[in-house]
Amino acid sequence: MSADVQGGVTGAEAPVLLSVQGIQKIYATTGGGGVEAVRDLTFDLRKGEFACLVGPSGSGKTTLLKVISGLMAPTKGKVVLDGTVVDGPPRNMALVFQEYGRSLYPWMRVAENVELPLKVAGVAKDERKARVAEALEAVGLSHVPKSYPWQLSGGMQQRVAIARAVAYQPEVLLMDEPFAAVDAQTRADLEDLVRSVWAKLGLTVLFVTHDIDESVYLGERVIVLSSSPTVILDDLHIDLPAERDQLETRSDPRFVELRHHVYEQIQKAKTYTGDTNTIRTVA
Amino acid sequence: MPTSTAPAERTTRIPFSQTRVSTPVLGVIGILAFIAIWELASRLELVNPLYLPPFSEVAATVVQVLIGDQYRVQFWTALGNTMLGWSVGLVISLVLGIVAGLIIGSNRWVREFTHSTVEFLRPIPSVGLIPIAIVIFGVRPTATIAIVVWACFWVVLIHVVYGVTDVDPVAESTARSYGFGPFARARYVVWPTLLPYLMTGLRLSGTIALVVAITIEIVVQAPGIGQMIAQYQSAGNAKVVYALALLAGVVGLLINLALRRLENSVLSWHPSVRGEVVL
Amino acid sequence: MSGRIVARRVFMALALPIIIVVLWWVGTLNDTNPFVPKPVNVVSDLVTVWAGPLLVEQVVPSLYRLGVGLGGAIIVGVLLGVLVGLSRVARKLTGPLFEFVRAVPPPVLLPVLLLVIGIDDRSKIFLIFLGCLWPVLLNTIDGVRSVDQVLGDTTRTYGLRGWSRLRYFVLPASMPRIMTGIRLALPIAIILMVVSELYAALDGLGYQIMLFKQTFQTGPMWAGIFIIGFIGILLAFIFRVIERRVLAWYYGQREVESSER
Repeated sequence: MSADVQGGVTGAEAPVLLSVQGIQKIYATTGGGGVEAVRDLTFDLRKGEFACLVGPSGSGKTTLLKVISGLMAPTKGKVVLDGTVVDGPPRNMALVFQEYGRSLYPWMRVAENVELPLKVAGVAKDERKARVAEALEAVGLSHVPKSYPWQLSGGMQQRVAIARAVAYQPEVLLMDEPFAAVDAQTRADLEDLVRSVWAKLGLTVLFVTHDIDESVYLGERVIVLSSSPTVILDDLHIDLPAERDQLETRSDPRFVELRHHVYEQIQKAKTYTGDTNTIRTVA
Repeated sequence: MPTSTAPAERTTRIPFSQTRVSTPVLGVIGILAFIAIWELASRLELVNPLYLPPFSEVAATVVQVLIGDQYRVQFWTALGNTMLGWSVGLVISLVLGIVAGLIIGSNRWVREFTHSTVEFLRPIPSVGLIPIAIVIFGVRPTATIAIVVWACFWVVLIHVVYGVTDVDPVAESTARSYGFGPFARARYVVWPTLLPYLMTGLRLSGTIALVVAITIEIVVQAPGIGQMIAQYQSAGNAKVVYALALLAGVVGLLINLALRRLENSVLSWHPSVRGEVVL
Repeated sequence: MSGRIVARRVFMALALPIIIVVLWWVGTLNDTNPFVPKPVNVVSDLVTVWAGPLLVEQVVPSLYRLGVGLGGAIIVGVLLGVLVGLSRVARKLTGPLFEFVRAVPPPVLLPVLLLVIGIDDRSKIFLIFLGCLWPVLLNTIDGVRSVDQVLGDTTRTYGLRGWSRLRYFVLPASMPRIMTGIRLALPIAIILMVVSELYAALDGLGYQIMLFKQTFQTGPMWAGIFIIGFIGILLAFIFRVIERRVLAWYYGQREVESSER
């Protein structure tokens, strides 16, 4: 790959695509009180950026993704996508879930699963077929279009989910711990797959994970979250080279440094008491 | 498409329909609405009030049937007859079903041998056998009991067979290696596994037995609630017919609730017993 | 499958029934019992009496009423079940009401219907309809209510709403429960078909059987009862074939999941 392919335009030149502003989420309980899952989250995603959200368990990562994707309304604050306030699932956003087995329709074959959102969106048949074929090829599943999802392994099922998201041609791709339920080897392949898809298609990706190594390996930027009530603890720029390799990058001293820093932040996040903290950036 | 607006402040109150108290409240409203529709349909003569008396009059008739002089004796006698057929038939089918189920379930050869016969006889509906029963027993409670037994026996049998075949082979071998004889194994290993299935079978049979008993009474005028309903239907007395239908529903509901209660209490200690057995 | 295994299966399937038939035959050799006819007579009655004009005159009307009542119950049950199942308010409103109506033994409705509609096809069809409606309706509601949350969220994020959501998500996801409801309704349909004809009827299988009983033709009577059994088996078989096709994905999925355990 040439050095020009940077995987999207980052830095100050790219316009802001997704703006998360002061999100707070309090879950009402039947008793009458409320559980504050997310206290205050504010950050911007630029077009073409690959950002990772890391945090300890119970840090409201899933809540945040649900709010951003429009599945859930925040108690306070708003999400703005491309100039429009998000009020229900927006057309130009796709979400890949952790539970791949439960996010694919078991009564449809692989190709039909990938095709469905396009069909419903009114895309013409020929173009649909073309996009489906392209997407399946991008994830390396051209040989199983007629299989049913449950006939495939976990890793392959998650690829189908990714293919579906890709064929949909969203502007923003949200991923909610997509590889947590997959074995380590498959996870490595899928991580590289996501990065290559991102580079090729120029998507904007927001990747949620609890795996620190994964977040540093994948992201251009890592946002560290505290545990509930969640706020942003840190927002790092990952200055590793754009070409990432499972062996080389992970043994790169800079990688180890960054990883170490994130790990420290996470440890602090676990004992975070709720004081507001300034957002720091590691140069 | 709307552009950015001021941040929305949303409350944290959950919608009423999700609260716990809404379940009984909405449920009662639903029933009341149904009654209201019934009453209006009749009063406004949307349906001929001769055939659909207003709910209020039917309700009054229910009271009359239960405690009024005109129908009281007949009703309670009829109910007694129905309950007799129900209970005797249920008990007999339980005993036969458990015995047959244990025999069939515990031996693979017996299971295979009887499989085709069971699968052929089982779907024959009990009501289809009414003519035979009448021919053999005459129009007497015995006929009712016989048909109730036929209907419930298969249900109990299937459930007992499932239960016995579900016994954990590891638990069984363990018990064997500790020197448990057949009776001890039956008591400590087979019975606890069998119990949930048996309870489900009992609950289903309880409902089926009631339906079958009343059916026979309607069809051949055997003594019981069904016969009483049929009698007043031929006489064209709509109010009593509806009142009896409601009461039959209440009886059905009570039986169902009682059996569910029994199932819960019997099975509440069951897991702990199982915990002791699996060594 | 090897010949020996097939032979063994056939033997196991036929052994007991043959024994029973033989015992039956021997038991009726003496011609004494007026209640229990000889097996030979039953078979010949099946062929001579039932096959022929009787089949058309009596069995077909029964099957017709069964079909209309059951079919109507399935259509209304699924439609209504989907509507109620999708709305939490509707579910709570109708919950206790449906529980009570379900507890009313269906045969009890027969006299009620006879009062309101009279002795003709409609009251019988309506009885079958009412009796079969509940299992289908309640199971559909349950199926719609318990669709997978994650799949539901996926459906929303990809913009499937309204009719699309129903067609591609809710209906297929609830299909296993809907099929269970229909399967439970089948025996009820047959029972009510027979009951409605035993009591106050002018034609039908049950009516004909009662007629044979009253005229002491026990052979044809028994034959008729076997026909009821056959109808039940046939209906269950047809349903299983349909179910296997519609729920092929469901069985496949379950098989894979259980083998992974």
